[in-house]
Amino acid sequence: MTETFTPPTRFAVPGRIAVSDQAATVWQTATITEIRRETPHAATFRLAVPDWQGHLPGQHLMLRLTAGDGYAAQRHYSLASAPDDSGHIELTLDHVEGGEVSGWFHTVARPGDRLEVRGPLSGFFAWPGDRPALLIGAGSGVVPLMSMVRHHRARGLSVPLRLLVSVRSPEELIYGREYGAETTPVFTRSAPHGVPVGRMAAAHVAPLLADQPPGGWEAYVCGSNAFAEHASRLLVSAGQPVDRIRIERFG
Amino acid sequence: MNVTRGFTGRPRVDDPGLPPGQYDAGDDWPVLSAEVTPELAPADWTFRVDGLVEEPRTWNWEQAHELPASAYEGDIHCVTSWSKFGVRFGGVSLDAFLNMVRPHVAATHAVAYSHTGYTTNLPLADLTGGRAWIAWEYDGQPLAPEHGGPARLLVPHLYFWKSAKWIAGIRLLDHDEPGFWEQNGYHARGNPWEEQRYSGD
Repeated sequence: MTETFTPPTRFAVPGRIAVSDQAATVWQTATITEIRRETPHAATFRLAVPDWQGHLPGQHLMLRLTAGDGYAAQRHYSLASAPDDSGHIELTLDHVEGGEVSGWFHTVARPGDRLEVRGPLSGFFAWPGDRPALLIGAGSGVVPLMSMVRHHRARGLSVPLRLLVSVRSPEELIYGREYGAETTPVFTRSAPHGVPVGRMAAAHVAPLLADQPPGGWEAYVCGSNAFAEHASRLLVSAGQPVDRIRIERFG
Repeated sequence: MNVTRGFTGRPRVDDPGLPPGQYDAGDDWPVLSAEVTPELAPADWTFRVDGLVEEPRTWNWEQAHELPASAYEGDIHCVTSWSKFGVRFGGVSLDAFLNMVRPHVAATHAVAYSHTGYTTNLPLADLTGGRAWIAWEYDGQPLAPEHGGPARLLVPHLYFWKSAKWIAGIRLLDHDEPGFWEQNGYHARGNPWEEQRYSGD
C-alpha cells in the first residue's frame, strides 16, 4: 500500500516549507559578537555562525549550553534576524526569573563566548514573504514576527504586512524604535500620552479582517499560551479561517 | 564536549527518571499546540479505529466510557525539553479499542489524527500492550480543552507530540507514514531516552 492517508478532518495549517534534516541535526559552534539591550528585561544576542545555511523568518533553533561536568541545557529560541548572508544570526531573549539558560545570557555572557546551536528548525511558522501576513504577538512573542518585518523591509516586498503587538508598557516594547506604519502597539498597563490602555480586543483585529488584501491574510500568532488563546479566538471571531492561523506558544 | 564559559546549570540531582536533555518542569504544564484550540463538546466527540482491521468502528463519548476504565500514573516528556513527573491521567487503554476491531497481522504502523486534522505516526507496537490510552481525565478532573480535552491520545513513553490532542481516530497501516510534525523535521518515533527529537537523530 502506497496510498497516502488523508485524515477525514481538515487541518489546520499545513507546513509551509521543507526542512533540511541535516541542518536540524548538526550542532554548530556559535560565537557571541554583540549584545544589545532592548528593554530592562530583554536583550539581543548577535551570534557568528560561520556555517549557518540560512533560514526563513519565523523559524527557530535549538541552543545548547554545556557545563564543565558535561551537564547540558537546551532550549528552543526564535530567530530575530532576517535571513541574510552575513554568517550572523540574532536572538532576543527575555530574562526569565530563575531561568537556567536565559540567566546565563543575561548575567554571564559577553562577546567572545561560545555555545552551540542547531537549525533552523520547523517550517510550520515560517513566512517566506509570499502571502499577505497578519502578525500578532505579545511580549517577546514579537521576536519571530520582527524577523518577518525585517525581511519584508530588507527585500522591499510589496505584499501586505501588518503587526499588532501587545505589551505592558512603552518601556517593555522590544524593538520599539524599529516599528513603522505596519505596526500597532497595544499597551495593557501604561501607554504614551493620548494612547489608550487596555487588552487587545476585537476593535484591533476586526478592521484588519474587514479590509483584507486579495487572497486574505495568513495569520501568525506568537506569545504566552494565554495570549495565544485570546488572540486566536479574536481572529476566529473576526472571520479568519482556522486553517490559516499559525500559532507559536511559549511553553 | 563544548563547555560554555561560566555556565554551571541549575543545581541538579541525578534523577534516573529524567531522560537526557530534559528538565523537570515541576508544576508547570506548558501548552504547545500549533493550531487554534477547537471547541469540542463531549457530545460531539467521536473516536474511530479503521484501516487494516477486521471491523472498523466508531465510538461516541458514552460508548467509549462503557469500556473498562484504565489510568496512567507516571511521567511525560516534551521534545521542547520539559518533563513532568507523577502525572495522573484517567481514560481507557487503547488495547480495549484495538481488541474490538481486531487488527490484521499486516498492520505495522498507525496514524493518529485529531478533530483538528493534526496527524502523528506511531509504530503499532507503541500503541499496544498497555502503553497507550485514550485519556479524558487529568488529576481526577475533565481534561482541559487546551490540553486536548475532551479526549486525547496518551503515549507517555514517547515524546508528547505523539500524544495527539482532540483525538478523532487511529488508522492502521502496513507502512510508516509521517504525520504533521514528522513532515516538519521531527523524528518518526520520538523515544525520549534515545533523544529522538529530529529526523536523523
